[in-house]
Amino acid sequence: MAHLASHRPTRRAVLAGTGALTVSFAFASRNRAAGAAAVPRILDANELDSFLAVDGDGTVTLFCGKVDLGQGLRIAMRQIAGEELGIDVDMIKYVEGDTALTPDQGRTSGSNGIQRSGVQIRRAAATAREALVTLAAQRLNVTAGDLVAEQGRVRPKNGGTGIGFAELVGGRSFNLKLDPKAPLKDPATYTLVGKPLPRPDVPAKCTGSFTYVHDFSLAGMAHARVIRPPAIGAKLMSVDEASIQDLPGAKVVRIKDFLAVIAEDEWTAVRASRALRAQWSDWSGLPAQDKLVATLRADPGITDEVLVNRGGPRAGALSSTITRSATFFWPMQSHGSIGPSCAVADVNNDMATIWTASQGTHGNRKTFARFLGLPEEQVRLIYLDGAGCYGMNGHEDAAADAAILSRAVGRPVRVQWSRQDEHGWDPKGPPQLLDISGVVDPTELIIEWRTEMWLPQTTRGLPDIPLLAPAAAGLDDVRGLQPGLISQNADPPYRADHVQVLVHWLKDAPLRPAPIRSPGKPANCFAVESFTDELAAAAGLDSVEFRLRALDDPRGAEVIRRAAALMNWQSRPSPAPNRDAAVMRGRGFAYVHYKHSESYVAMGMEVAVERSSGRIKVERVACAFDCGQIVNPDGVRAQVEGSILQTLSRVLMEEVQFDRSRVTSVDWSSYPILRFPDVPKLDIVLIDRPTEPPLGAGEAACAPVGAALANAVFDASGARLRIVPFTPERVKSSLDGV
Amino acid sequence: MPAYRLRINGVERTIESADPVQPLLYALRGLGLTATKFGCGLGQCGACSVLVDGRPTRSCLETVGNTQGKSVVTLEGLGSVSAPHPVQAAFIKEQVPQCGYCTSGMIISSAALLAEKPKPTEDDIRAALEGNLCRCGTHMRVMRAVMLASGQRG
Repeated sequence: MAHLASHRPTRRAVLAGTGALTVSFAFASRNRAAGAAAVPRILDANELDSFLAVDGDGTVTLFCGKVDLGQGLRIAMRQIAGEELGIDVDMIKYVEGDTALTPDQGRTSGSNGIQRSGVQIRRAAATAREALVTLAAQRLNVTAGDLVAEQGRVRPKNGGTGIGFAELVGGRSFNLKLDPKAPLKDPATYTLVGKPLPRPDVPAKCTGSFTYVHDFSLAGMAHARVIRPPAIGAKLMSVDEASIQDLPGAKVVRIKDFLAVIAEDEWTAVRASRALRAQWSDWSGLPAQDKLVATLRADPGITDEVLVNRGGPRAGALSSTITRSATFFWPMQSHGSIGPSCAVADVNNDMATIWTASQGTHGNRKTFARFLGLPEEQVRLIYLDGAGCYGMNGHEDAAADAAILSRAVGRPVRVQWSRQDEHGWDPKGPPQLLDISGVVDPTELIIEWRTEMWLPQTTRGLPDIPLLAPAAAGLDDVRGLQPGLISQNADPPYRADHVQVLVHWLKDAPLRPAPIRSPGKPANCFAVESFTDELAAAAGLDSVEFRLRALDDPRGAEVIRRAAALMNWQSRPSPAPNRDAAVMRGRGFAYVHYKHSESYVAMGMEVAVERSSGRIKVERVACAFDCGQIVNPDGVRAQVEGSILQTLSRVLMEEVQFDRSRVTSVDWSSYPILRFPDVPKLDIVLIDRPTEPPLGAGEAACAPVGAALANAVFDASGARLRIVPFTPERVKSSLDGV
Repeated sequence: MPAYRLRINGVERTIESADPVQPLLYALRGLGLTATKFGCGLGQCGACSVLVDGRPTRSCLETVGNTQGKSVVTLEGLGSVSAPHPVQAAFIKEQVPQCGYCTSGMIISSAALLAEKPKPTEDDIRAALEGNLCRCGTHMRVMRAVMLASGQRG
């Protein structure tokens, strides 16, 4: 197994402005003498040197703006670059998510790490290879067509040692634009892309030598805890500093309504945060949780938007048609990171350096510059791994906490959130309410479809979600909502003559929203694919056959056939004929073409439903997955496994609880997630299409989970579950209604 | 300041703490043993699991005072990249971690299970790891790795 050293600038190097910063290739005049000022790296995403450098020892360094949260970009990007460049992955060093060293490739989100940024890096590597071959052709006085780049050398196709990359450009810049016409390797000749190479961070993660942001420290660093108010909108009335005077070295920091304690060691900071007495104003501005659906529906909204309008209104009635309508609801959910958010910041009058697990270091630079009152060039965010959040948990907030505190106390500060902070204050996946109506005919299938949604808006011009600390401290920041692209996949992927999707955009959300893995799609696909199942059942048709007959996309049809084969699917309409047992068994199916433009996923589930308790046991999940070209099949498989299990947890168990003042589900007993005894058997088949573009694997398999499960429960019991999560009480109540 | 003597990863260590109920977790991390992770501070998630006299223990609830004279093993003490413990080697082989934040606790709990029951069934593994939470959904790989480490898979 290859072990790759993760190439991360050392702390000392970063602080001294040397070390990795001198991975700058500005011409042959580069001076590495001690004390020489580092040449700033080129970060223009049109420039080859922004992405890739050949060092003097023949190794290559990749500079990636996207970050690896465990999804495997560290190996996949090396595979892509190594393939085009002609060099092994263990000769490639890797720098990621550092605003001073890597180009801005956008936030690591939307399952687009490979499909957008990987393709960008592929182009960079191809441009570099063409440049290396051209240089070698001049040196060897042969035509470029007679040369090939392999194993870090350019050599004649008909034999010979050729010239090493280092000898050609080692330590110097390419000075070239990315060439969109640089020829790409024929996928038939791939030796790296498509292989299940091991992820380089795994050995260190399994032995305790991996550095998470939680583990990072600076000399002279203080430990801090931020004290959030007992009610979301409460103001700080008074603080009793004497309440922590017995704790050696503990100090209070207060900036308007932003309150924190700092100490020399972490445990003293924890004790101080518990001991500190403070008075806050009352606040009870949240809606009643048990009336949330009605509250959303009654909201006048700020605007209505027709997202899809095909075929116009249907004229006339068909005698054989069947009409159905249903309402679906997906609650607010927490990112549920296993490690509460953490960050380290070192801020002075000239420079702010922030170590953060944010998935958007580049995008946050502007936000942090604004509330710190510094020019953007004087703000540097450096990615370090955190606990996975798959979206936007409290990472950015903890970073803002640390930055504001570091400036206030004039020394580096580490902020660690508590479990209660994370569950209570991480921005939440927004609530989603959908009404769907449709007309189905056993021969014509879907004739008419209408989706109406109530969703919190995305505020225009918002660079990122508003952060807690700048608002509490009265600093310059932006206000608004950023829940992610939550309105996609609200129309069926099937043939239908008349389709309309209408969204009522709401001005606000009950709790601060943020993107959570596969933003919006698990809810929309839950509704759309549950309703498709409902139409198939109403028409007396088998749900897989119904989908295949109604689908025009051959790649979609293939995943459906492959998943059905894994399930050994027997054609019959739902529900199952025998539903009298104490434990009822059923199977369900769902399909998505992610965002109608990306990966194809079909999923089947087998469940057992206990009539007396309403308890669902998911016994088996079968999934066929087509994300186009697969760069690393083990990485894709891990993402599909994770997508399925994480979303099963969300569908079966997860709902943020709140009263009129605050979130009340602030630990793992009040916000339970999936545990080992709940984990079903997983059967996953990946369909590799080496000549197709890669489409992204991090999210798509989340989308069909809710519907496949709900449809299986319907098949088993005849009861339709339309409200997430499927708690035993809710299931029992649905069973009693059948 | 009161001092507590513990054996940590085979080495006698002295931990100074003004507070006898300081959780072992903070003492370990203060010594630079950062493999052991803070997850909840409530004993609910298992991220901070260590072995105390061989038993899997939540270091966020165990105190330094109570650990006096005992032997503590953390993930660093089980093995290293060059000389991994069989459970660590199996987790690497099966490519278990994604974010990896729960991995330390998972490996500690799995090692404790195998020490007690060298050939566990799948249900044994599920029961032994019920208190270890994972958000990335690596559960299937964890179970495969424990079966591999116990010699029950090729």
